[in-house]
Amino acid sequence: MTIGIVVFPGSNCDRDVLWATDCCLGMKTRFLWHETKDLNDLEAVVLPGGFSYGDYLRCGAIASFAPVLSSLIDFVNRGGKVLGICNGFQILTELGILPGALTRNKKLHFICDNVPLYVSSNRTKWFVKFKPNDLIYLPIAHGEGRYQCNEDTLKKLQDDDSIAIRYKNNLNGSLDEIAGITNKKGNVLGMMPHPERACDEKIGGIHGRSILQALLSS
Amino acid sequence: MPNFQAHVFVSLRPSVLDPAGEAAKAAAKRLGIKGLSKLRIGKSVDIEIEATNLEDAKSQIELLSDRLLANPVIENWVMDINSKDQDSENKTLNK
Repeated sequence: MTIGIVVFPGSNCDRDVLWATDCCLGMKTRFLWHETKDLNDLEAVVLPGGFSYGDYLRCGAIASFAPVLSSLIDFVNRGGKVLGICNGFQILTELGILPGALTRNKKLHFICDNVPLYVSSNRTKWFVKFKPNDLIYLPIAHGEGRYQCNEDTLKKLQDDDSIAIRYKNNLNGSLDEIAGITNKKGNVLGMMPHPERACDEKIGGIHGRSILQALLSS
Repeated sequence: MPNFQAHVFVSLRPSVLDPAGEAAKAAAKRLGIKGLSKLRIGKSVDIEIEATNLEDAKSQIELLSDRLLANPVIENWVMDINSKDQDSENKTLNK
């Protein structure tokens, strides 16, 4: 089975993901141009980081109307795996596949750093190689990553054990230190940190490897 | 079909922190503006639309605002709308 990486005009981490999944981890991967609608041969879809369609209006708002995503809800309902990284996480919330929204960082800075995170839940396959409260390091690079949702949504995320990772130092002011969440079923993960930039010791870490390995079941 | 002119104002919900507004507020105080208790930044969208009547134009813009211009998780919006043809008549009258 194959991983598809969506390429929007303005995506800039699509090649990084391909490097990680194909070159580092040996998983069959191909690009999906934003105008395609065919997700049939895919086991997993990655929405990469970047500035889809220029991120005009709001981050991810215009991308949520892309032809390639028109069948993404069906793909998710059929059990297909979806990983949204950074801009991809913003798109998943705009689509309503994951709850909440990503807003401007509390102190307005664009933060580019390698940051410590706590694994909150290893309920889903994405984090099964870790134990709850494990400290991992992943790079972040965003200006709008402050997770926001209402109280009921937060309680549901907590009750469903859907908060996957939390910032150790809450640099962007996210609610409940949230850095990444899953859906209840566990086949969708949205996260602001970049696992694809942490797949080789030579460039600073390997904590992203097992997250990406969860894209394919074999 | 008649033309309508609308403005949609999108603002962050009151409970959502507006860091850009806070930064602008701090600068406004340095400028010497006194008595400023609130400064929050939103977006104004200028729209022209052709529709069979005012109700039709409103419902199109409501759909646009709910689904695209604003994210209801974090934002509210309000609309001003009037007939463009009527607007230009008014301007002529004002002259």
